[in-house]
Amino acid sequence: MSTAIAQKQGFGAILWDYLTTVDHKKIAHLYLFGGGFFFIIGGLEAMIIRIQLIKPANDFVSAGFYNELLTMHGTTMIFFAAMPFIFALMNAVVPLQIGARDVAFPFLNALGFWLFLAGGLILNASWLLGGAPDAGWTAYAPLSTTSPGHGVDFYVLGLQISGAGTLIGGINFLVTIVNMRAPGMTYMRMPLFTWTIFVTSALILFAFPALTVGLFLMMFDRLFGSAFFNPDMGGNTIIWEHLFWIFGHPEVYILILPAFGVFSEVIPTFSKKRLFGYTAMVFATVLIGFLGFMVWAHHMFTVGLGPAANAIFAVATMAIAVPTGVKIFNWLFTMWGGSIRVTTAMLWALGFIPTFTLGGMTGVMLASAVADYQYQDSYFVVAHFHYVIVGGVIFGIFASLHYWWPKMFGKMLNEKLGKLTFWTFFIGFHLTFFIQHFLGLMGMPRRTWTYLPGQGLDNGNLISTIGAFLMAFGVIVFFYNVVYTAIKGEKVSNDPWDGRTLEWTIASPPPHYNFKQIPLVRGLDALWVEKMEGNKNLMPSEPLDDIHMPNSSILPFVMSLGLFIASFGFIYQVDDLRWLIVLIGGMLITFGAMFVRSVKDDHGHHIHKEDLEKGDGL
Amino acid sequence: MKGWMGKFRVLFILGSTALVLSGCGLENLTALDPKGYGAQVSLDLIILSIVIMVFVFLVVMVIYTFVFFRFRQKKGQEDVIPKQVEGNKVLEVIWTVIPIILLLILAVPTVTATFDLAEGQPEGSDLLNVNVTGNQYWWNFSYDDLDVQTSQDLYIPTGERVYIDMKSSDVIHSFWLPSISGKMDVNPENENTMFIEAQEEGVYWGKCAELCGPSHSLMDFRVVAVSPDEFDQWVTDMKNVDPEAEPETASAQEGKQLFSDKGCISCHALGSSPTAIGPNLTSFGSRTKFAGILDPTKENLVDWIMDPESIKPGNKMTGNYKEVTEEEASKIADYLLQLEPSEITPEDAESE
Amino acid sequence: MSDHTLNPEKMPHNPEKATLEGKNKFLAFWFFLGGETVLFASLFGTYLALKGSTNGGPAAEEIFELELVFVMTMLLLTSSLTSVYAMYHMKNNNFGKMQLWLGVTVLLGIGFLSFEIYEFTNYITNEDFTFRTSAFGSAFYTLVGFHGGHVTFGLLWIITLMIRNAKRGLNLYNAPKFYIASLYWHFIDVVWVFIFTVVYLMGKVG
Repeated sequence: MSTAIAQKQGFGAILWDYLTTVDHKKIAHLYLFGGGFFFIIGGLEAMIIRIQLIKPANDFVSAGFYNELLTMHGTTMIFFAAMPFIFALMNAVVPLQIGARDVAFPFLNALGFWLFLAGGLILNASWLLGGAPDAGWTAYAPLSTTSPGHGVDFYVLGLQISGAGTLIGGINFLVTIVNMRAPGMTYMRMPLFTWTIFVTSALILFAFPALTVGLFLMMFDRLFGSAFFNPDMGGNTIIWEHLFWIFGHPEVYILILPAFGVFSEVIPTFSKKRLFGYTAMVFATVLIGFLGFMVWAHHMFTVGLGPAANAIFAVATMAIAVPTGVKIFNWLFTMWGGSIRVTTAMLWALGFIPTFTLGGMTGVMLASAVADYQYQDSYFVVAHFHYVIVGGVIFGIFASLHYWWPKMFGKMLNEKLGKLTFWTFFIGFHLTFFIQHFLGLMGMPRRTWTYLPGQGLDNGNLISTIGAFLMAFGVIVFFYNVVYTAIKGEKVSNDPWDGRTLEWTIASPPPHYNFKQIPLVRGLDALWVEKMEGNKNLMPSEPLDDIHMPNSSILPFVMSLGLFIASFGFIYQVDDLRWLIVLIGGMLITFGAMFVRSVKDDHGHHIHKEDLEKGDGL
Repeated sequence: MKGWMGKFRVLFILGSTALVLSGCGLENLTALDPKGYGAQVSLDLIILSIVIMVFVFLVVMVIYTFVFFRFRQKKGQEDVIPKQVEGNKVLEVIWTVIPIILLLILAVPTVTATFDLAEGQPEGSDLLNVNVTGNQYWWNFSYDDLDVQTSQDLYIPTGERVYIDMKSSDVIHSFWLPSISGKMDVNPENENTMFIEAQEEGVYWGKCAELCGPSHSLMDFRVVAVSPDEFDQWVTDMKNVDPEAEPETASAQEGKQLFSDKGCISCHALGSSPTAIGPNLTSFGSRTKFAGILDPTKENLVDWIMDPESIKPGNKMTGNYKEVTEEEASKIADYLLQLEPSEITPEDAESE
Repeated sequence: MSDHTLNPEKMPHNPEKATLEGKNKFLAFWFFLGGETVLFASLFGTYLALKGSTNGGPAAEEIFELELVFVMTMLLLTSSLTSVYAMYHMKNNNFGKMQLWLGVTVLLGIGFLSFEIYEFTNYITNEDFTFRTSAFGSAFYTLVGFHGGHVTFGLLWIITLMIRNAKRGLNLYNAPKFYIASLYWHFIDVVWVFIFTVVYLMGKVG
């Protein structure tokens, strides 16, 4: 209904449609393009970092600016590129995979996106307003609490607001997956991607509050004169490190598990075989999520926690390698005996396996506490986490975009351009990061603005920078591919890949109610089960009837806008108390919108059976 | 254990040399060529873990390569539906149990080494203790028992453990001595202790490994490891230093006057005075580097005195002394360069 | 959704979970409380790490008055009980009695909050113990203040619900709203029990 109107009307109507939408598919678009925007910013920051390090004693950028760049690169890529990409996939795919018409809380879903966007814009506004945060994405106190200017304040408020959005999203998907699965879809028939999103959402729920608290304490220290991280007043900076990593380590799994989920969809589809050891994969996912909370102090081996704590966390960390290894072997044996089609999506999956195995290897190496006394805060660590986050998460996102693009937009991304992206990015990636393991062991600390000539670090850094340019080229080709596809891409049918799961049973892109009738699920890989029995599609589980859908609303946008405005009040009231007006004004907007939402009944609307029967697309 | 570890080390070093055009990096900076006890223990674990992990990687890659070439879809087979396999209990148990065994092989030495390196000072031992203070962006070393102060260059005797008690005066730093010992954080609220033990004489690079501000990457220091006899000599010389001693040349004498007139002396101590707002300059003339990073030439020193901000952004010296002309800076430099109270200099460590 | 489906002739036994929306809210709120638990656990951890860091200012055992805190505890515990009564009447579809007991809950909550404000004012004016005195002060006011903030929000929430639905009575649309507000209230109560034990009792004894 709304889509049709938007197509007939102009830009203003489309804009209003997206500002007010509560449709998970449109929210997926918003997350995807929002994340893409920040991905470009984070990528540019990365390129400047690599240019600065291309030769010893370089002064392409100043030392202070370099610290801002590395802080913003890390923060942007984790919170405002990788996270929204994951949320884009969750939104685009999960309701379709479980046979639902929307998520449990469509309104909150929209709110989550607008909070994320507000947070990202607040953070990046710092570039224009006197300097970005410069204490690293980990923002260790007291460097962060004593950092001059307002950079770190933007970091604190930006992350706090987007973090609230993430938490809301996590709860939403937990409830969606528990309560809204189609009849017959038991937990052990859920596609693995949905399983990983389920576990990821649980991790978000239990990890983000620790960050929330940490950010509050830091905000109180910086803006309201408290003494949590001020050693002169009895404060303790290690508390920040604990809170940050109690959040930060699960965050790594929040990012990587959905990527595992993507590969667990892509590899079976393009091997024409069901996932090998599905049950083991589910348990491995849950176990990784669980262990993810037990290992945070391995980021703190050199803090001085003592040998007992270091030994315990070392062994706990090593344990995570077991379920991860199980996954790698299950993917290999999914392909074993299959019929492998090397599409672009599959190519990313094939590139992922060796890359991520290397990242996992260095992960186990880092777990060995005493060896970590050398790796910690060196380029070895930089290499390791880029192997898992780029080699795992970003490869996963590229794979998923090539795989689900036709479902999201109804057009196929160009395969030739896709393969060009893969090869340049893949080679560039290994050129950039493999050598960094050695640079770290050769004595190059992380977050280093420059290095002196004659320390044996010159060649490695040069190679690394060349690799970075190759990666950048690959990304540019991908963006060209997106534009090319939008203009010239061929339209696709429901099921372009010979898929196995529910999302391939409906139109590409799906109508806004997704399923005219909720399907009846009769096994794992529900669509494949029907294909094998010679059915074209799933049986419906209900007669055709009126469909209840939620109403659009501008309130999520307004609430986020209020917080966006209030943030500036929070930040600048330190300089001039008149900014309190902005603070209060912003909060009034937000609370006002919340109040309206509370007292105004919203029962949603119905799409009538007669309209559905006409099949006019609505 | 040492024997077979040694063989693996040879293999590993050969392998990494082939991989990295520049070899293992700079001697006395790289962690791949340990010259101290802690670095040796770390490298043993690094090699053990690499060997285990390379084994796993090879297994994965062999299966991967086989699967890819054997099971790629061939022309004319587009419609073939492969057998849908649910799983295989035996295989799954194998690839759960074997990794557990491999990890145990790594975990046991890891735990042992963790406790080994955390060993405290034995009661009543007369081992050397040094208080290390991390500052933005320089290091202070105080030999409290010996009543000796120095900055930037830490002198230690070879062949024995030296206990380092670390604390920061501002933000968190991390004391990293790759060739000798690995690293430990230097926190503002508590004292961290670790020991370092250099096995041979030499001048070793140290770095700050925790982001601490704009000049974090320039916060280098050196450890000068000399023989125990030379070390004792150095201590004696340092104790006998007369901070008021008059320099020989006229220029240096003027420099000494300027040193106090321009306010340098209010932050920089000479002798064993514990004032440590800025680095202690007692043996400045013997420094391996100026400001941690500059080659020890007079030109560099004059540049530093004239405009430290352009060399180390964010340092605490900028703006805290009266303006100096180039001529004055040159005189101050002459004064500082003749501050060589000990016959024991970094050359003694390097010559061996 | 038609008026009839939300206002059935006979209310089901658990009206808060009778619709999909209700079930979703019910489950989501439990998840949310799980997140809140981590939030308060982090604050408790911070407090425990910093409670000795008085920086020359007052220490816990010098300022806490257990009598006052005991009265506050009783008020809040009782309010939890009265909210249970309210939910009991909701399940029996007795809107009037539900409103009455919610009203009592709100009054008790306001009583608690007044005592807390009095307590804080007393510390600040008479004991020279503020948010900025020491790391202990920061941690104390943050932990207890976060709880106080939750109480305030809970009160506003319940009052809003009571006023908004005063005229139309109970239906399947607002029953889940009342129910989760009371869940929230119980959670606040449980957190207070921990604060009473960890902050006040252990502060006085240990």
